[in-house]
Amino acid sequence: MHMADALLAPGTAALMYAASGTAAGISIYRLKKENDTEKLPVMAVTAALVFAGQMVNYSIPGTGSSGHMCGGMLLSAILGPEAGFLSMIAILAIQCLFFADGGLLALGANIWNMAFYGCFIGYYLIWRPIMRSGWFAKNGGGASAIRSRITAASLLGCIVTLQMGAFSVVLETTASGITELPFGAFAALMQPIHLAIGLVEGAVTAAILVFVYNARPELIRDAEPVETGRSRMSLKGTVIVLAVITAVTGGCLSLAASSSPDGLEWALFGNAEEGYGANMGLDEESFGIESPAAKRAEEIQETTSFLPDYSFADSESAAGTSVSGIAGSLMVAAAAALICLAGGFFRKRKKQA
Amino acid sequence: MNRMDQALLELSEMDDLASMDSPLHRRHPAVKLLVTVFYIAAVVSFGKYDLPGVLPMALIPAILFAAGGIPVSTCFKKMRFALPLVLAVGVFNPFFDRTVFIRIGGIPVTGGVLSMLTLMAKGVLSLMAAFIMMASTGIDSLCAGLRSLHVPKTAVSLLLLTWRYISVMTKELSVMTDAYHLRAPGQKGIHVSAWGSFLGQLLLRSMDRAGELYSAMRLRGFRGEFYYAGGRRAGVRDVLFAACFAAAVLVLRFVHVGELVGGIFV
Repeated sequence: MHMADALLAPGTAALMYAASGTAAGISIYRLKKENDTEKLPVMAVTAALVFAGQMVNYSIPGTGSSGHMCGGMLLSAILGPEAGFLSMIAILAIQCLFFADGGLLALGANIWNMAFYGCFIGYYLIWRPIMRSGWFAKNGGGASAIRSRITAASLLGCIVTLQMGAFSVVLETTASGITELPFGAFAALMQPIHLAIGLVEGAVTAAILVFVYNARPELIRDAEPVETGRSRMSLKGTVIVLAVITAVTGGCLSLAASSSPDGLEWALFGNAEEGYGANMGLDEESFGIESPAAKRAEEIQETTSFLPDYSFADSESAAGTSVSGIAGSLMVAAAAALICLAGGFFRKRKKQA
Repeated sequence: MNRMDQALLELSEMDDLASMDSPLHRRHPAVKLLVTVFYIAAVVSFGKYDLPGVLPMALIPAILFAAGGIPVSTCFKKMRFALPLVLAVGVFNPFFDRTVFIRIGGIPVTGGVLSMLTLMAKGVLSLMAAFIMMASTGIDSLCAGLRSLHVPKTAVSLLLLTWRYISVMTKELSVMTDAYHLRAPGQKGIHVSAWGSFLGQLLLRSMDRAGELYSAMRLRGFRGEFYYAGGRRAGVRDVLFAACFAAAVLVLRFVHVGELVGGIFV
C-alpha cells in the first residue's frame, strides 16, 4: 500500500504531510509529558523488529499463499498509540529512504494511511474498548477471556484500519486526478483485496500478541483482567459505538463519492448528446438504449440489483446515496462479526477435542 | 538468500554509497533534502498529459548521478518495489481515455497512453531524486540535517536508533528463518502452529535487550539527545548549490525546453 510520489498531486501531498505532522506533533508532546527517556530504546528495538518481521512469510492453512503481520496494531498494543505511531513513522521513513518503498513526497500520505489508522483508530476505537469491555467473560473469565479479546481486537483492528487505509489511497489518488479509473471502480478493486489481507494480518498479529500475553502479560496494553460489573464499557456499549462510527463514516464517504456517471459507464453506454458512435463505436440500432437487448438487460438488472447505482430506486437524493453507503458498511461489519464468531466456534471445538 | 539478507545487502549498499566522497556528498544534508523535495514537487506538478514537459526534468538527476559518482543501475534495482503500484494505477488509463491526441507515423496515440507514460516518467524521476539524496547523504548526516531543520529530537533519535537496530533484528530474523526452513523443508512460510511463537519469542528477547541497551546508553551519558558528527552550518557553497538547483528546476518547469530543442531540429 506504499504510495509513490507520482500518485499524488503536490497539494494533496502537502495536505497529508500537514495531517500526519500534526498527529506526530501531538504524539511527541504526549510522550514528552510522560518524560520517559527509557521508552526510546524500547520503541526503536520494537520498530526494528516490526520492520524485519514484516518480511517473514506466514503460510495460510489450506491455501498455497502466505501473509504478513500488521505493524500498526502490534506496535500500539505493546507501546501504546503515540509511541506506536512514532515507531511506525520511523519504519516508513526508512522504507522510503533506503528501500525506495513509497515516495519522499508521499511519505505524509503513507504515514496517514498506514500508521495513523492502525495506531490511533486501531487503539482508541477498537483495541482499548474491546480490551476493557466485558467481552467473552462467559468463557471462564480471567486469562482465557483476555486471550479472546486480544484475538477479536487484533482481527477487527487490522480489518477496519486496513480498509480505511485502502480507501484513503483511493481518495488521495482520485483527488490528485491521477487515474482515469472511476472512483467507484477503483474502490471496488482496492477494498476486497485489502479485506482479505486484513483478515490474514489480523490473524497473524493476534497469534503473536496472544503468545506474548501468555509469556509476559504485563507487556500487553490494557490486558489487566476487568471485573465485568466495573468495566468502563459493556459489550453492548462497544458494539453500539462501533456501529455508529461505521454508519457515520460509510454515510459521509459515500456522499463524497461523485454522483456523476463514471468513466466506465460513460465509455460503455455513452452520453445523451454525443450518442454511442462517439464512444465505443457501437451501432446505436442494435446496442443503444432503445435496442431490445438493452431493454431486456435493464429489466433483469432492475429485478436483481439490491441498490441500483448505489441509490434507492426512484430516488436521486443524497440520502439515497448514503443509505447505500451505510448498507455497504453494515455488510462489512456483518462479515467481520461472522469471522469473529467463526474464530470462537473453532476455538471451542478445539478445546473440546 | 532470503528476503532479509537481501534487505541487509541493500542497507550496506546504501551505506557504502553514502560513505563516498564527491562534491554532492559534501553538500549540507538539510539543503539536499529541501531541494530534493522541491524537485519532486515540480515533477509531479506537471499536467497529466505533459510528457514533453516531464522528460527534460531528467537532466537534473542525470547531472547529479554524474556529480556524485552514484551508479544508475543500483537506483533502477530499487524501483522494483515502487513502480508496480504506479503501473497498476496507470495501466487503466489507456482503456478509459481514448481521445486521440496525436498520430505518430499513422499510429494514433490516445490520451490514456500519454497519461500512463507521463505517470511512469514522474514515478521514475521522483524515485531517482530521492535515491540520489539518500545515496549521497547517509543516515547520520540526514539526522543531523533534520535536527538543523528543527525536527523534534524524539523523532530524529528514534529514526537513528531504529535504523541501527534494523540490521541487528533483520540479521537475527534471517538466521531464524533459515533455521526454521532447514527443519521444515518444502514448506512455504511459517506454519500456523508457530505463527505466534516465531516472532513472539524474538519480541520477548528484544524487550529485555532494549532494557540493557537503555542501561548502556545511560552509563555513557545519554540524556535524551544524540549529538551528530555531521552537524555543521550551511556554507557559501551550499547556498550556491541550492540556488543553481532551484533555478534549474524552475527553468525546466516553466520554459518548454523540449519544444525549444525540437524547434531547432524540426
